[in-house]
Amino acid sequence: MREEAGKEGAEASGQRPGDLDPATRTSVLRQAWSVGIATGAYGISFGALGVASGLSVAQTCALSLLMFTGGSQFAFVGVIGAGGTGVAAIATATLLGIRNGLYGLQVSEFLHDRGWRRGVAAHLTIDESTAVGIAQPTVRASQLGFWQTGIAVFVFWNLFTLLGAWLGNALGDPRRWGLDAAAAAAFVALLWPRLHSRDAAATAVVAVVLTVAVAPWAPAGIPVLIAAFAAVAVGLWPRAAARDDDSTGGEVAP
Amino acid sequence: MSLWFTVLAACALAFLTKLAGHYVPSAKLEGRRMRRVTALLPVALLTSLVVIQTFAASGGGFTVDARIVGLAAAVIALLLRAPFIVVVIIGAAVAAGLRALGWN
Repeated sequence: MREEAGKEGAEASGQRPGDLDPATRTSVLRQAWSVGIATGAYGISFGALGVASGLSVAQTCALSLLMFTGGSQFAFVGVIGAGGTGVAAIATATLLGIRNGLYGLQVSEFLHDRGWRRGVAAHLTIDESTAVGIAQPTVRASQLGFWQTGIAVFVFWNLFTLLGAWLGNALGDPRRWGLDAAAAAAFVALLWPRLHSRDAAATAVVAVVLTVAVAPWAPAGIPVLIAAFAAVAVGLWPRAAARDDDSTGGEVAP
Repeated sequence: MSLWFTVLAACALAFLTKLAGHYVPSAKLEGRRMRRVTALLPVALLTSLVVIQTFAASGGGFTVDARIVGLAAAVIALLLRAPFIVVVIIGAAVAAGLRALGWN
């Protein structure tokens, strides 16, 4: 569906869109920056939760700058805040980040950057930049969509993280402001758009069972890792070839 | 393990995961079943995090407090198609309101 051939000069990233017609360019830019602002805005909740979980303002901001993948960041501070070990926090965040690797496979088909630009592109490879990028009709528009969305989310996500961390620090006791419930709400909001297939629903049910079974005796952080086996069990479950739900979804989550 | 080391190690792994996707040739994509597992992985982890974040007691084990009502309000907000930030604010506000009224 995307015209791959005859796109000479595809080296140029979205920042130099070349021959893209003005109407398409405007539409891609509008899409990219509205997604960027909307997504970036809830960096404020990440910032507040980060300091509520015991991280410093600098550590919270470092996660947004350097990890830059919302789901993993929320999971990391969630495990740390619950008293989990560093290893459990790292493992949970990394498992949640695996999908970014799969996005990298997809977007590298239309991004033809080399050298340091490829490294930057990799850093900006998240749900939103991938979703906007692959939704475009041409390679040029895809490149523009990916880069502009990635940059827009990066700018706003980090600004709002700083604001949230600073506010969270000033607020004092996080429980009084319901910040612990905010974390639960954030996770359920991240989960919501991914629950549209039967496989996903089955995985969620198994994950609940595993978590409830393990949590009473396992150290903090471990139940989440054990719940990962729900994905393995459902994903490898033998099934008729006809029923092959698409459970990737989640393109609106960070 | 210092918290800074943990933060930076997790960041490095997140970046390497992203980078790997850009360097692995797409022909090397694993089979259909493995892709299904990796697609379902966020569902399993996020579901578990919802349970933990709602019920985990500070001293270990599970407890029921204002968080469950906050979560229920968040789910209602999602059913009404509220955007992410609104869902989070509603979850926090409901729990904070209950605590202000004296229910923990």
